[in-house]
Parts: sequence; structure tokens; C-alpha cells
Amino acid sequence: MLKQMEGSMAVAEAVALARPEVICAYPITPQTHIVEGLGEMVKSGQLENCEYINVESEFAALSVGIGSSAAGARTYTATASQGILFMAEAVYNASGLGLPIVMTVGNRAIGAPINIWNDQSDSMSMRDAGWIQLFCETNQEAVDVHIQAFKIAEKLSVPVMVCMDGFILTHAYERIDMPEQAQIDQFLPPFTPRQVLDPANPVSMGAMVGPEAFTEVRYLAHRRQMDALELIPQVAKEYAEIVGRDSGGLISTYKADDAETLVISLGSVIGTIKDVIDQRREEGEKIGCVAIRSFRPFPIAEIRKACANAKRIVVLEKCFAVGMGGMVASNVRMALSTQPVPVYNVIAGLGGRPITQKSLHNLFNEAAADTLEGLHFLDLNKEIVERELERERLDECSGSVAENILRDIGAVAASKV
Amino acid sequence: MTQQVKFYQTGTYTVGNRLLDQDQRTVQSSLDRSNALDSGHRACQGCGEALGARFAIDAAMRATDNQLIACNATGCLEVFTTPYPETAWQMPWIHSLFGNAAAVATGVAAAQRVKGKKEVRVIAQGGDGGTTDIGFGCLSGMFDRNDDVLYICYDNQAYMNTGVQRSSATPPAARTATTMPVGPNPGNEFGQGKNVPLVAMAHGIPYVATASVHDLHDLERKVTKAMSMRGARYIQIFVPCPLGWGSKPCDSIKLARMAAECGLWPLFEAEDGEITASTKLRKPAPVNGYLKLQRRFAHMFKPGNEAQLEGMQALADKNIAKFELLEEKGDEE
Repeated sequence: MLKQMEGSMAVAEAVALARPEVICAYPITPQTHIVEGLGEMVKSGQLENCEYINVESEFAALSVGIGSSAAGARTYTATASQGILFMAEAVYNASGLGLPIVMTVGNRAIGAPINIWNDQSDSMSMRDAGWIQLFCETNQEAVDVHIQAFKIAEKLSVPVMVCMDGFILTHAYERIDMPEQAQIDQFLPPFTPRQVLDPANPVSMGAMVGPEAFTEVRYLAHRRQMDALELIPQVAKEYAEIVGRDSGGLISTYKADDAETLVISLGSVIGTIKDVIDQRREEGEKIGCVAIRSFRPFPIAEIRKACANAKRIVVLEKCFAVGMGGMVASNVRMALSTQPVPVYNVIAGLGGRPITQKSLHNLFNEAAADTLEGLHFLDLNKEIVERELERERLDECSGSVAENILRDIGAVAASKV
Repeated sequence: MTQQVKFYQTGTYTVGNRLLDQDQRTVQSSLDRSNALDSGHRACQGCGEALGARFAIDAAMRATDNQLIACNATGCLEVFTTPYPETAWQMPWIHSLFGNAAAVATGVAAAQRVKGKKEVRVIAQGGDGGTTDIGFGCLSGMFDRNDDVLYICYDNQAYMNTGVQRSSATPPAARTATTMPVGPNPGNEFGQGKNVPLVAMAHGIPYVATASVHDLHDLERKVTKAMSMRGARYIQIFVPCPLGWGSKPCDSIKLARMAAECGLWPLFEAEDGEITASTKLRKPAPVNGYLKLQRRFAHMFKPGNEAQLEGMQALADKNIAKFELLEEKGDEE
């Protein structure tokens, strides 16, 4: 059914279609509307047979989820930014225990300086925590991928993080084609846990494991993610057969077949990139893009195949490993280690800085001329940076970098940048 | 004329089991006890926590007809009962993290509710570090929501699993690895620490109690009572630790009794935030006897540390007054 609705509400309805049995809710911008929506559905009786628990922290949110999932209940929660850091210990624990929890991350920057706007540093900080990480380009994709996530998680006994850009998707009103309950009931069978806490068949879960088995346990977690490389496209296919829409999968490509310049990115910025690609294609440039939909597991073979004929790769990412460069680019470089193709790494959109078509055109001009640096910061104002460095040279007690820069550029509030 | 049977040993309220009728005997003395925490685990000699857990869980198993799931915090109890592939738990049991046992239990309880398994009950358990310190946020959240969980804290007054460091349940003056008996104020600071049973009461939860391994009847009764109720319940059990306290393994029960009888470990119950009962002391003992048997307090008996001894006695006296531990005259049975 077609509806005009906010991304968060669409995700809430999609999650409800999956018939979750326990939902843990803790507010953090920008995912809050999702759990608010679900809370109302449970309270009104629209979503039946579901326990909605208001917890006292993100650490508790996922810990409650660990308990309910271990006791055999289909479990959902959502978080963002500082929240995922606060629950970090439980994030690793949930995957280590093999609990198929589904969690939305409304992607947001991590402080300090505190910043509520979108980038993907938060979910990227947990990229190695043993969860499957699926990134969404649009709210329609977010709806479809959330439902698929439950099936992927439960088939593999691995938790799944569905990552959607904060505000850009969570707060955007778009047309959504919401699946019917009957379709989802056909697509998603009830949850059968691999192991469950049950007095009729007592088991001990989560005991200590020493060096004699730890490597094998970790290796098998990796193997399970490798299995996901096959399962994720298969689940997308099953979904398409029932719901009639292609979404999910490992990657998607756009005008990539003959592209000399191939842009790789993930999340909502793919939409802007596609528009820019269309404009440049009209000028005759052979440019295309690859959207990474599954970042964990990382689809090495698919990336290799998509990049086979490209002359240059531009990895554009909204996250940044300080002291190193982009996480996505590092992964892409590893995938292409046997292919002699330059990989330009572009850090963009940090803390909600808009990624404009104009900036992308300038960027792709430089890329086409192969004049781009290996690690490039899109729209970085180097003059501001130099002035701050100068202040630090002149004064040992120069104060807060963030405050100095804002005073320097005369911005009244960060939101006007 | 029938002779009156005296159940109590001289000077104590400890009831000799064999003098009681069958139906009054402890769960622990029954051949039908669940042995949910089975033998063969790796606890130290004289471990109070192993005893406390065994007593409490068996009582809870009896009270729920074995329909019980346990959620364990990281700590001694978790370590000495498990390493895979072995387990001492003859019941469904999960360990997740150090600080989240209460939240995990909330989740397990929610799953039972949503699946219509009203008969399956949930307990969470941990040591004092996992309860009063790192698990405190999750514990308070579970209390606040009045989730249907009995949380049992086995209080041995320090982080024993990591090598005896101070927790917020460590008593004043006690030597731990992080409060060494050196300098002008040897041992743990006076004026610090957290009384979590009182904090639990402040949440207005249905039931809060303190218990101790020396009084098995009392402990089992409190666990049984807690399991007869719904909502958030909290029991903190005093469990001596020979390793951490520097006491003889054979003195664990004796130390538990002495802590209660001097007033340092008041035994009481509270319902809906109000104290409803406390175990009376016939004649409070001075704290010195209790302290002297433990190396963690040895420095208090050196010349110049008299103020610390007086401070400990003052704490005991305060407890005796606050929890009304003195028997009123003519109150004798």
C-alpha cells in the first residue's frame, strides 16, 4: 500500500510487520521516532503479543534484548551515535552469544564535540563486532531491509544492524510502499532459536572459553558471515518473489558496467551521487557507482567484479578513522589488492555537512583528471584549519578548537554551517 | 506435663534441623533438593558465596517447582561454576556481562510473559561489585520498572574474582588491594559506601531483604517469600570470603553469625519501601570479636588505630538503633 510517511514511522511499521515479541526503547536522536512509533502501536493494541520495555540506557536496551532473545523471543531495538558506544560491550556480547537481534542505527556523528547530525562513524565503530551491517539508500529500502534483517539474523543466529542515515532518512517524508501483513507472514516464519533458556531443557549459556577453543569460535563467527554473503542475496530474492520489489542484497550498481570512474559509497548519499552521474553522463563521461548495501560481511567478490573494468575508484564515505583514513576505503583497497587501479578516498559529510552536487562535480572533475589526493576531505576549509593551527602556535593555552573555529568564522550556531 | 523443646542453641537463634518436624526442616536438608548448583565446582574452601547461592537457588527452585531461569553477572560465582564444557548449573543459566545481569533478567522475564509462560520465574544474581557498582544502573532500572525478577546479591564486600579490590560494599577500614592498610588512615575510608538494600527500598519495590549464610532457615524463608511475590525483589546475602578477608575457611559460618550478632550485618525485611521485620539480637556482641578473626582488619588492633575500632562499633550501634535490632524486654519466647 502506498503511503506518504516519515522514514522512522515507516521503519516502525515495517518492524511491526515482522511481529517482534520484545522491543527495548531508549531515546537518542535521531532514531527516537522509530521506538516512539512502535510504543504507540504496542500500547494501542495494534501490535499484539509484544512486550515494549522502556529502559534506562542503551547498555540496558541491548542487555534486555540479550535476555529476551536468549529466551527465544524475536527482539528489536534501535540506537544511534553515543548510544551504540554506550552499549558497545553488549554489542559484542550479543553476537558472541549468537543472538539474532535486529537493531536500527539512525546514523549520527560521535562527539566530542557533541553533534546530533548525520554521518556513519557510529555504526562504523562497531563494524568488527560480529554483527551483520546493512546500509540503506532510501526509506523504501529501509522498510524492506528491516524485514529481511529478521530472516537473515534468525537463519544464521547472528545479530543484524540496519543502518540508515539520521535525519536524511529517519526524518524525511517519502512515498513508501508498505508490504501487507500476509506477505510478511509468508516471507518470515516464526523464530526458532538455536539454543534457548528453558527449564524443560536446561542449558548454560555464555560460559568462559579459554585459548583451546577461542580461535575456532571466532573463526566460525567469520564463517557464518561468509555464509551471509550467500544468504543475503537469497533472502532478497525470496522477498522480491513475495513482495515484488528488489531491495537488499550485497551491493547495487548504477551505470557501472562501462564506467571508467567508479564511485563507491553507502547510504543515502548514493541518491545525490546518482543525480550527479546522470548529469555527467549527458556530457559523455563514463562514470557510475556502486552502493555497498552489506558492509559486514564485506562483499569482496562483488566489489572486485564491479570494479573489474574501472580506471579509477573514488570511495566516498561519511566516516573517518583518525590517524589512518576511511574505513570503507581500507576495505575496498583490500578487495582490490590484486587489481592495479587507483583508489581515491574521500571523507565527506562529517557531522551533517551537506554533500552537494556542486561539490561532487568538483570532486569528480579532479578524479577524472587524476589530480585527487589519496585521502581527500570534501569541502575542507584549509584556511580555517591553518588559522587555528596558527593560534595554537602562538598561544599554549589556545582553548577549545571547536569554539575557536566557530568564533573565527562568525557562526552563531552550528546548525547554520 | 510435656517438656518444652528448645530449638535454639545457647545464645543464638540457630535452629537445629534434626529437632524440627519434617515439614519445618530446611530445603537444603531435604533429599528432594534440586542441587541446581551442583557439586564439583571450583569455589575456594569455605566460600560463602557458593553456600549462599546453593541455599538461595535451591529454595527458589522448590518455590517455583523448578520452573526457574538464572541470569548471572560476571564474577566468582560465574567463573567457579562454569568454564565450558563444564557447568555446575542444573537449571537454565546465562552469563552475559559484568554489569547487566538485572537487564538480561528483565529480558528473560519479558520473553516468558510474551510467550504466556507465567509459571517460569527469573532470578538475577551477582556479587557486590556486579550489583552495587558496575551493575547498579541496570539494577535500578529493573527496580524502577518493577520487572518480575528476584535479584540476589552475594555480598562478600569486595571484588574477589579480580583479586580483592574495594567495592562500594567494602566496609570502612577493611584492607583490600586498592585500600591498603598504610598511611594515617589505613584501609578503606570511613564515610563511604553504599547500602543497596536501603536504596532498593527507596524504589518502593514489593520486597527487599538481607540474609546471611549462617541462618539457613531465615535465608530460605526470605527466598521462598520473595518467590511467592511478583515484581522486582531484592535480597542481599552476606557471604564471607576466606581468601579476601584473610579468615579461616572453617570460620565462614561463624563470621557470618558474628557479623549479624554485633549489628554490622542487620537482618531485616521490607515491603513496598517500609521495614516490616528485623532479626532481634538477644545481646549484641562487641564488634572486636568479629573483626579480630579477619586479617583485613588486623591493622585496626595496632596501637594508634583505636579510633577505627570505635568507628566500627559506632556503625554497629547505629545499625542496632536504626533497624531496631534490640529485643524489647519481655519479648522472649
